[in-house]
Amino acid sequence: MSASFEQSAKLADTTLPKAATRSRLTPRLKGKWLALLCLLPFALFFIVFQIAPLLWVAVNSLHSAEGWGLANFAKIFASKFYLQAIKHSLQIAFWSSLLGMAIAILGSYSLRQVDSKLRDFVMAFSNMTSNFAGVPLAFAFIILLGFNGALTLLLKQMGLIESFNLYSKTGLIVLYTYFQIPLGVLLLYPAFDALRQDWRESAALLGAGTWDFWRHIGLPVLTPALLGTFVILLANALGAYATVYYLTTGNFNLMPIRIAGLVSGDISLDPNLASALAMILVGLMALITLVHQLLLKRSQHVSR
Amino acid sequence: MSLANRAPAALYHRMVVWLLFLILLLPLAGTLLYSLSTSWSASILPDGLTFKWYLALWSDARFLNAFGQSLLVCFGALLLAVLLILPLLFVVHYHFPKLDALMNILILLPFAVPPVVSSVGLLQLYGSGPLAMTGTPWILLGCYFTIALPFMYRAITNNLQAINLPDLMDAAHLLGASSLQAALLVVLPNLRKGLMVSLFLSFSFLFGEFVFANMLVGTRYETLQVYLNNMRNSSGHFNSALVISYFFFVLIFTWAAGRLNKDKA
Repeated sequence: MSASFEQSAKLADTTLPKAATRSRLTPRLKGKWLALLCLLPFALFFIVFQIAPLLWVAVNSLHSAEGWGLANFAKIFASKFYLQAIKHSLQIAFWSSLLGMAIAILGSYSLRQVDSKLRDFVMAFSNMTSNFAGVPLAFAFIILLGFNGALTLLLKQMGLIESFNLYSKTGLIVLYTYFQIPLGVLLLYPAFDALRQDWRESAALLGAGTWDFWRHIGLPVLTPALLGTFVILLANALGAYATVYYLTTGNFNLMPIRIAGLVSGDISLDPNLASALAMILVGLMALITLVHQLLLKRSQHVSR
Repeated sequence: MSLANRAPAALYHRMVVWLLFLILLLPLAGTLLYSLSTSWSASILPDGLTFKWYLALWSDARFLNAFGQSLLVCFGALLLAVLLILPLLFVVHYHFPKLDALMNILILLPFAVPPVVSSVGLLQLYGSGPLAMTGTPWILLGCYFTIALPFMYRAITNNLQAINLPDLMDAAHLLGASSLQAALLVVLPNLRKGLMVSLFLSFSFLFGEFVFANMLVGTRYETLQVYLNNMRNSSGHFNSALVISYFFFVLIFTWAAGRLNKDKA
């Protein structure tokens, strides 16, 4: 149906160029004002629920009891407590992204090599588990890896571990890694499209072993995709709040937990300090993205 | 590569894929087993199996209430998102294609700004004053719209580019349709599938949203996730049944989206 539409449109363009453009122009110009009006509700909602809160946070991060200035930021960077939150957030985000990506790389590369039935099934399952996050995920991990979790007991009986504390930094890294895997697979699986099978064969013909192939061809080709995925995983982990909140009832010292505590906790409410901490969190994400862009430019430059 | 060389490689890849599946399955399988067991503590396997936790859950008035409220908020937010995003997409792609570049930057905001950060501003701005909405489900509708926005915008944009919007509109105009008629009767039916897929997937992640629901509204309009959080001190078996019931719904919606997507290809 659309093919016949296209044909008639083309016909009109070639046979009646002047008439067609003239008749198209007037309703289009009139329509433009109407069209702008249609954008209004969207703009209104977007400003109210996205732009305005962010602006409030940005402006109020510069405001404190002493007036305008950088007092909030100075307070955060002078406090061991807040610095620890930043450090923990970065450490957990970094290690969980690295581990999650390593598993996702191995997984999605192997996914490409197995028969389509198994592949489709595991891909579909992985996509579904990407929605298994937040509070339900934390709950599932308590059952599995809590102090009396089934897996903890099993591993203890096998003598593989002495004990496992899910509520520690290591525990959180394991938990975060789990929710990074489906996202990593989702993002990396298409990236392997860039690696053509015949390159591998050509390299082998020229005498390259598996290691040489990955060192000189595979990894350089995949680098932009790997960097991009890593950045998204980092941002994903930095902003995560629900999982750790449920797991430790807000007792583990992470940036999102501190931010939420400063606006909705029972002890010390300080929305301006929360704003400053929030700006640091957003700033860290922006910095990561910036570094990513720079690295991407460099790797493109090299490949040319 | 010789055949003898290939067999171990194939076996290796199968093993890796099954291992990946196992890792992803483990927390779910554990929760499922826990929800079906009579009691399970300090042993590797449960003592016995039962359905009583599901019966208890699905006859609990507070759970049913939270479940209904979750559905209501999600469907409401998706309806709002469709009403706001469809005209936007149409106008951007038909009248102002240059705006698409700006939109692609704007829709990064909900990704780049974690809900915890937005909540700080939202709590202060709408806690009182003319737009006082914290503590009511209305604020969730708006917030969930921003969460669904990047996703729906990208999915439907891909669909719009595939149907060649300007040609389709010009053809409809030539045949005497007004712009509104053309948009509703010609373009919209062509977008149905992309729209449905993005709605199903958006639902499955909005249904699991916790941060906004807990920080902005809390117990005053309890959604499923907030209910699960507030029940943290009740029986673990009961909570497992809750988690599995929740995930079952998500499963249905992601599965439906996957089916629709496959039909399209």
